[in-house]
Amino acid sequence: MSERVYQLEVLRYHPETDSEPHFQRYSVSCEEEWVVLDALNRIKETIDPTLSYRWSCHMAVCGSCGMMINGEPMLACKSFLRDYQGVIRVEPLAHFPIERDLVTVIDDFMDKFKRVKPYLIPKHEKPVSEGEYLQSPAQLKKFKQYTMCINCMLCYAACPEYGLIPKFLGPAAISMAHRYNQDSRDGGRDERQEEIATTEGVWECSFVGACSEVCPEHVDPASALQQVKIKSTVDWYKEHLMPWVKK
Amino acid sequence: MGEKMSRKPYVREVPKYSWFFRRPRYMRYMAREVTCIFIGAYTLLLLVGVMRLSQGQAEYEAFLAALRSPVSVVFHLLALGFSVYNTATWFNVTPKALPVQIGEEFLPGGVITGAHYLGWAVLSLAVLLMAGVF
Repeated sequence: MSERVYQLEVLRYHPETDSEPHFQRYSVSCEEEWVVLDALNRIKETIDPTLSYRWSCHMAVCGSCGMMINGEPMLACKSFLRDYQGVIRVEPLAHFPIERDLVTVIDDFMDKFKRVKPYLIPKHEKPVSEGEYLQSPAQLKKFKQYTMCINCMLCYAACPEYGLIPKFLGPAAISMAHRYNQDSRDGGRDERQEEIATTEGVWECSFVGACSEVCPEHVDPASALQQVKIKSTVDWYKEHLMPWVKK
Repeated sequence: MGEKMSRKPYVREVPKYSWFFRRPRYMRYMAREVTCIFIGAYTLLLLVGVMRLSQGQAEYEAFLAALRSPVSVVFHLLALGFSVYNTATWFNVTPKALPVQIGEEFLPGGVITGAHYLGWAVLSLAVLLMAGVF
């Protein structure tokens, strides 16, 4: 394995001393097989221990190391240094306030995620003695791709609607609501519709599709949002034109 | 220990009127959105045609003559090109909105997109037939 020097330009922000963020250039020796997260770790270990960023698993599972790399929302652990030419510009995830350096304030996403009730609300509660809630492979496949979300928030950093209108519930939260709504064991759709079939919910989405393009797990949030729009529209027509038909 | 944590989150504003210049994918989105103006403009032109028809033969023939002017021909070519672009961009994303699951498997996206193009071709043929082109 061979090492070479890479140039990283990292957006720094220290709330105690800075009035606004500024870029800092680091020259750091890295192995060619490394990812951007490895380079940040090498900087922190050997050059600048004050550099702050989030990371955990280093294998695209935990969703902690989302950041803007050359302007694109990426997982730092999945972005290979060899894929970049010249200076690599690293910034905190767009559309989120910066807490410090590459660490963002994610409270807004966490609150929105909670609002859509991202858990199974069984249609019929039954005691454990009655056994499992059964599901066929076809029923599982209906929503399986949406279970792959790792809450990395890259979709929020890519979504211009969220950037412009921060009240927008956003791609991951609505996709997760759709995931449970599509689950044959679930009966909580009416409760989730209160949050997602609203102006600040799915109707703020204008189908830019950026969320799906940047998703590292190929969840395709844009597809979930368009399906929610269609189902919510059908609900509206049923309610207004065929009130006798039960939802 | 003991040092008080001070928080002063820094908010970066998104430029309201120039955000779409930031990435090519945003430009593609804007291209899709903006081209619908030509579909709207052509719809208005059709309405004007219907209005002229209701006003009598002379007015309608004057309208038809105006359609043959160079400005009108250029507008029609532009409107056709942008309408096809707008339609194609929407048709190409239909598999996301309308997935069809048969048994365990989902139909390939190409089938759903293709069905839209087929419907478009059939309807266009029907219109041309009614217009006596064939």
